[in-house]
Amino acid sequence: MSDALAPEAAAGQAITELLAGFIQELRQAGLPVSLTENLDAMEAVKHIPLEDREAFKYALAATLVKNNAHWRAFETVFEVYFSLRGSRYRIADVDEDELAQLLEQLEQQEQDGAAPQVGGAGENLTPEEIAEMLFRALQRGDDALMRAVARQAVRRFAGMEPGRPVGGTYYLYRTLRNLDLDGVLQKLMDQARQSSPEPLTPLEERLEQDEYEHRIDQLKKEIEAEIRRALVADRGVEAMAKTLRKPLPEDVDFMHASREEMASLRKAIYPLTRKLAVRLARKRRHGRKGPLDFRSTVRHSLSYGGVPAEPKFKYPRPSKPEIFVIADISGSVAAFARFTLHLVYAISNQFSKVRSFVFIDGIDEVTRLFEGVEDIADAVHRVNTEADVVWVDGHSDYGHAFEVFWNQWGKEIGPKTTVLVLGDARNNYHASQSWVMKEIRKRARHLYWLNPEPKSYWDTGDSIVGEYAAHCDGVYECRNLRQLERFVDLLA
Amino acid sequence: MADSPYRFESVAAVRDSLRKVDYLSDDGIAGIVYLADRLGKPVLVEGPAGTGKTQLAKSVAEMTGARLIRLQCYEGLDESKALFEWNYKKQLLRIQAERSDGKTWEAVEDDIFSEDFLLTRPLLEAISAEEPVVLLIDEVDRVEVETEALLLEILSDYQVSIPELGTITAKQIPLVFLTSNNTRELSEALKRRCLFLHVDYPELDREREIVLTKVPDITEALADQVARIVRSIRQLELKKSPSVSETLDWARTLVLLGIESVDVETAKSTINILLKYQSDIAKAVRELDQENGTITKAAAGA
Repeated sequence: MSDALAPEAAAGQAITELLAGFIQELRQAGLPVSLTENLDAMEAVKHIPLEDREAFKYALAATLVKNNAHWRAFETVFEVYFSLRGSRYRIADVDEDELAQLLEQLEQQEQDGAAPQVGGAGENLTPEEIAEMLFRALQRGDDALMRAVARQAVRRFAGMEPGRPVGGTYYLYRTLRNLDLDGVLQKLMDQARQSSPEPLTPLEERLEQDEYEHRIDQLKKEIEAEIRRALVADRGVEAMAKTLRKPLPEDVDFMHASREEMASLRKAIYPLTRKLAVRLARKRRHGRKGPLDFRSTVRHSLSYGGVPAEPKFKYPRPSKPEIFVIADISGSVAAFARFTLHLVYAISNQFSKVRSFVFIDGIDEVTRLFEGVEDIADAVHRVNTEADVVWVDGHSDYGHAFEVFWNQWGKEIGPKTTVLVLGDARNNYHASQSWVMKEIRKRARHLYWLNPEPKSYWDTGDSIVGEYAAHCDGVYECRNLRQLERFVDLLA
Repeated sequence: MADSPYRFESVAAVRDSLRKVDYLSDDGIAGIVYLADRLGKPVLVEGPAGTGKTQLAKSVAEMTGARLIRLQCYEGLDESKALFEWNYKKQLLRIQAERSDGKTWEAVEDDIFSEDFLLTRPLLEAISAEEPVVLLIDEVDRVEVETEALLLEILSDYQVSIPELGTITAKQIPLVFLTSNNTRELSEALKRRCLFLHVDYPELDREREIVLTKVPDITEALADQVARIVRSIRQLELKKSPSVSETLDWARTLVLLGIESVDVETAKSTINILLKYQSDIAKAVRELDQENGTITKAAAGA
């Protein structure tokens, strides 16, 4: 298989099969690849020299991936699928020679007597020597050396054993722990300070540090890739592709997102809000046609010799809804509440008024935190720290929160108001007070409930969503950005 | 192949000629321009504002010596603005003029639906051009989903159907670029017909080179500093990260002010060129200041 990338074998069968397998893998990872795109990819690789791995990768990406958010997923699949194909990326056992050579070259260039001498080719390097090389590699930002160090470090420190069912993160952790990158960064900065003729200004220092951090990030990626390659060699492509398969950003579950996924969600939400705002504004303007604009019609008829050939209409001005958001912000569903608040406020100009309330077992209005704030993320963060939401013990009590809400703010709900309740309705066996929902629905235009739990969990254990649902206009499962987006679209 | 039907020889050739017209591409960009030519497919370029999406089309036009035809998209764009329109006023005049001659209606009808009365709009113009052209459909995400369908025929078959005249097929296949700021999801049908290129903020080295090429009289040291500072600022969570064009504006300003090396004070006083939101500016300034604090702390500790 590994000679599939050789030019003579490229023609025909081998490459077709290879691509078919690759596309299969992409579809498994959730990327939508159509038949036409598949054919395009086949056509595209004919024009690309197959030895050029980068060009090959871009050619495939251009024809198969049509959404930038899917790029990461594509890259992972690509790396795994083609990791053992292509000469530079094969796991070579002879690369210590290459490494020693590189190091020797380096020393000759530098003529630095203090550097430790490296033993002959093929010998194992000591941890000190690896550390020294790592330091040099980072200091010079030398890609080839960095790759060599990464390879060496994985071999020495990861302690990989064939057939051991451990994930790549475990090996990554072991390797990084041994490399002590924080210490290296410190050393690099010290070195930079000393080597500069005059003391570094804070700005220079900052820039220097950013540069090194960037290089360290690259090194980490290099190490990750190396571990992945080793794992693929050990377990085979199919098994690895499966374990590495991650949900696309829009499919990440709010309640079980890892820290990294949270970060990517936060990044994804801003473009999403912008898109939604544009779409909603458009819908509002084009949804209905207004009455005939007589003046404009007459004016335009002039160019047709007085024949009103082009009737003109006034823009309609439909009224905007008012939104009340009531969100549970107890531990398990906090992330979901955060995203929804963020989204609702980001498109708040689509509503005439937005008011927000948060609760755990007590309830508090947090509208003021969003007023006149430019940075919504900041305001959302303040909601979590400043709102007064604990009444007795800080365990969700929907019943009590709703009751207080009704007594304090119930009268302010009017026929233009849409009420949104966010939460999993896990009430810790307290009284439900579902009559509040009934009353709210009587007064409000709509009452919706968004539940971040999978539907199959509803009404199990202490979840009483069914009891509230009886009084709502709609209850929606809302576990990821895709579902949330769909709901907000429906709302405005 | 002496006279190959293709415009470019290899990816490297594309890259070099783009460099000659002062557009610094990377592997992805050059590779996709090359493929677009080979496969005869349009390129959909997507990415944040100010990363040189439109410039790419312009540079490709310049590099191949082709005429650039640009269709700027906006909400409410329709067939009559994008494809073609009958020149009603001229038709009316002709009808009135010929009525007095006593011609039959059939003759008049044949007459007024001929190419003389056709106003070509950018898309039709690109198709019917004799000389090589580059068609740029700018900000395609601004048109409504329904209007996108207008583009489909032209993008896949390079032809336009006019009910009264028949189908006009392209004499040569133009290079087509569509740009999008991603304010909405484009339809699957459109995406499927295009090669997809995402242009992101450039890497440090490339940005430095861009600054060096585009800003005359800038020293290498200053360009390097500019690129590094911009990279640091982009790492903050901002509403709008500085784009390449803003980087260039900033570099030009620094040169005009006669600044040779940027310190915190200069950075703070000119940062409004890089960032356009008050909250972003505040955040960046805070960051620059705060950096001061942490460094002094670290120095005190050492």
